[in-house]
Amino acid sequence: MAVEGAAQSTEASAFAIYPMEQFVVKPLFGTGPIEWYTITNVTLWLGIAVLCVLAFSVLGTRSRAMVPSRTQSVAESLYSFIYKVVEDVSGPEGVKYFPYVMTIFVFVLFANLLGLIPTSFTTTSHVAVTMTLALLVFLGVTILGFVRNGIGFLGMFWVTSAPLVLRPILALIEIISYFMRPVSHSIRLAGNLMAGHAVLKVFAGFASMAVLSPVAVGAVAAIYGLELLVAVVQAYVFTILTCVYLRDAVGDAHH
Amino acid sequence: MEGDIAEMGKYIGAGLAAFGLAGAGIGVGNIAASFLTGALRNPSAAPGQTANLFVGIAFAEALGIFSFLIALLLMFAA
Repeated sequence: MAVEGAAQSTEASAFAIYPMEQFVVKPLFGTGPIEWYTITNVTLWLGIAVLCVLAFSVLGTRSRAMVPSRTQSVAESLYSFIYKVVEDVSGPEGVKYFPYVMTIFVFVLFANLLGLIPTSFTTTSHVAVTMTLALLVFLGVTILGFVRNGIGFLGMFWVTSAPLVLRPILALIEIISYFMRPVSHSIRLAGNLMAGHAVLKVFAGFASMAVLSPVAVGAVAAIYGLELLVAVVQAYVFTILTCVYLRDAVGDAHH
Repeated sequence: MEGDIAEMGKYIGAGLAAFGLAGAGIGVGNIAASFLTGALRNPSAAPGQTANLFVGIAFAEALGIFSFLIALLLMFAA
């Protein structure tokens, strides 16, 4: 999927297809330069995502009926699903941090799904957005690890099961990989979404050619279905990796 | 370096960087195949392992996404 995105956007310029145009950050009002306080289309769609999460949570839990309505049963099953993930992956100690994990999951899920509405803007396709989420998880987990385990948290880098000669080398590798976590955590989400949306746009561009248009329209419909799956799976993956990182801080320091 | 040669090198580099995705494809395919093999032998244990399946896929995929990122940087940022 991603291969096609990169390869076809190279040739796409010949057909005047601009797959990356959809990711341009624009000011919402006027055409001024973008400062940190400028209200852009990213701000708008992040705000819509937050409103959707709020509406979903409030509407889902308002009635608390014994026989749940549709919204309530969706909210409840998402809740229990993520609760089980946190319990399984982070261990019983990690359940304390379930609200944060649930917030991340619902927010990323709604941001991903809102991006699939035609002409909307995919906020999670920007590394700036996902890096913020990933850095918060990274800093949170690091601070939490030092608070809970003290200096013993550093024992995570000292692999006691390895031969003594190898341990300094392994420690170096472990430390590098620890600091690469926020990078891979954020780029995975942003890269997947960006690649998927670029592929959608490239195929939509092929629809302008009369010979290819039936194939292209069918392909866009099929890829749209795939992108729905990717949006949900990537939100799940982001959440589950948060839980995996959390386990290092709250579980036994030696994994 | 400037001009057409640099431009050409940029696009060739981006195309070459996209090959990295092949490795990610092989990796993800391997994980899914192994999961299916195991799941069909012992279907009752399979549901408990879906989390591990996705974590494995995510880690394998991340490395491919890195090379995709290099391609994107070459195409649009370099």
